[in-house]
Amino acid sequence: MNQLVVMPVLIPLACAALSVLASRSARAQGIIGVVGTGALLAASILLLRTVLEHGVLALQIAGWPAPYGITLVADTLSAIMVVLGGITGFAVAIYALVDIDADRREAGFYPMLHVLLMGVCFSFVTGDAFNLYVCFEIMLIASFVLLALGGERMQMEGALKYVTLNLVSSAIFLSALGVLYGLTGTLNLAHLHQLMPGVAAEHPDLVAATAGLFLVSFGIKAGLFPLYFWLPSSYHTPPVAVSAIFAGLLTKVGVYALIRMFTLVFGDLEGAHRLLLILATLTMIAGVLGAVSQYHIRRILSFHIISQIGYMVVGLGLMVSPDPDVRRLGLLAAVFYIAHHIIVKANLFLIGGIVRRLRGTEELRDMGGLYRQMPWLAALFLVPALSLAGIPPLSGFWAKLSLFRAGLQAGQWVVVGAAIAAGVMTLMSMIKIWNEAFWKAPPETDATAAITIEPLDRGRLAVLLVPAVGLAVLTLLIGLFPGFLFDLAGRAAGELLDPTPYLEAVGAVATGGAP
Amino acid sequence: MLIFMAILIGVLYSTGVYLMLRRNVVKLIFGLFLLGHAANLLIFTVGGLVRARPPLAAVGADAPPPDVADPLPQALVLTAIVIGFALTSFFAVLAKRVFLATGTDDTDALKSTES
Repeated sequence: MNQLVVMPVLIPLACAALSVLASRSARAQGIIGVVGTGALLAASILLLRTVLEHGVLALQIAGWPAPYGITLVADTLSAIMVVLGGITGFAVAIYALVDIDADRREAGFYPMLHVLLMGVCFSFVTGDAFNLYVCFEIMLIASFVLLALGGERMQMEGALKYVTLNLVSSAIFLSALGVLYGLTGTLNLAHLHQLMPGVAAEHPDLVAATAGLFLVSFGIKAGLFPLYFWLPSSYHTPPVAVSAIFAGLLTKVGVYALIRMFTLVFGDLEGAHRLLLILATLTMIAGVLGAVSQYHIRRILSFHIISQIGYMVVGLGLMVSPDPDVRRLGLLAAVFYIAHHIIVKANLFLIGGIVRRLRGTEELRDMGGLYRQMPWLAALFLVPALSLAGIPPLSGFWAKLSLFRAGLQAGQWVVVGAAIAAGVMTLMSMIKIWNEAFWKAPPETDATAAITIEPLDRGRLAVLLVPAVGLAVLTLLIGLFPGFLFDLAGRAAGELLDPTPYLEAVGAVATGGAP
Repeated sequence: MLIFMAILIGVLYSTGVYLMLRRNVVKLIFGLFLLGHAANLLIFTVGGLVRARPPLAAVGADAPPPDVADPLPQALVLTAIVIGFALTSFFAVLAKRVFLATGTDDTDALKSTES
């Protein structure tokens, strides 16, 4: 049973190896891509079901007991995140069948897609801080290749910024790990949780500085204000399938790492949570303001990622409140928001990509008339767009509602006000895309030559639509039946606040054995 | 010894940051490389500097004698060096491709993805 924890890592690894072996046949790689990510999704759902039934699962790699070996742990939060990774991977693998051109496929798109998923899922299930660093690097190197694959000028410029900022973040992460190890003598997350109160009492300044290093490092990866500038200058450059998986998953790995670190290890550091709350509020506003001035579909959506990251981190920042109810509700809202956001944001990128193919451009000013041509596509776009803005009864409404409730209970009026303002501006932005791309008459001048793309026949359009419709249906389902996800998120929040099951599953640490 | 290591690590960090703030892409790579080295040395140093006491158990003994060097920071640094090497070589190739695609190595000229 515990072996299930390693499946979300092994399946993508095996698929990556198979894809390399099949590198001569684009067809075989495509089949491996869809079947492999489908298997990942199935395994992750099985993992979630097992975790719900039997509680937290832990696996000691090679049988070395914690804290000496590397531990893989799946609690409810990890399992939810892995399922979301599986959903996004599956959707993007289908979309990529049409979206990724032959050159990129030959250059190794599919192996890198699997390696990326492996890094992402590995980060979610690891119970060791240094292992988390290694997973980040696996994920990063794959994302570097995916971003640069194709070698267009814009891609190269975007990749340079993306790679630089992420390597800086890694260097800071590594330094933080060094100091943390020097302070505590362990890197096992569960063990760190047990040692931290004693260490924090002895060296409060050093612990605060270490937490600050982690905050900056994960903040860069998550796209927190004022560390997000790499994101909107790189996410719109690669092919849409790559953008979509980046937008759905990568920043959320940063948010996951923040949540894990600042509950399990630095859970009692009130100053850090206060700082997170302030940064998150600024992130919501700065991201949405950035989006208002843009007229390029994927750049608008990229800025909205930042703004939405703010909402998630607000949920974590509400840990400043001493009231356990507020803490629980805040973390619940953060987890619910992540789940809602990954599905919706990946979908918006996928639909944006379909619009790009139909119109040959991503500049909103040069578009128009899509509603007359394809009213159902306009309707399909509205589902994730309105959900992102938080219109009931879609998934975003429940996510925002629980966040507002937590914020109001905590008495954080400014934060809630900023969140409402950002929500209104998100709605404006989505309406702007809808008006410009779908509703208004197309401009007189013929601007279709901006991006040269092979014409889209019915069969290929259908392949692009399958994942978009699937994700839209998921959004609707979460919106109409939010109880299931609320229960899951509530359970995850409970485990984050009281990590006893987590510690027991990791086991052997209970003695607090000296390193 | 500790104080020299601390100064060395500080110099490495500051040189790395200084080089990264220059406009040249090659200096950017060197800067990142130095940052990585600084982090590695930091891990090594805060793990405890112990001279000439390798963590080896004598034949027949269950555990090494007390006060030996902690092997874990060395393992961490080794892993980090390998990863750093891979990323730096990737970055060097990327910089070359950026130069070929844009015809410049001045980071201030690489602004077309911003507006």
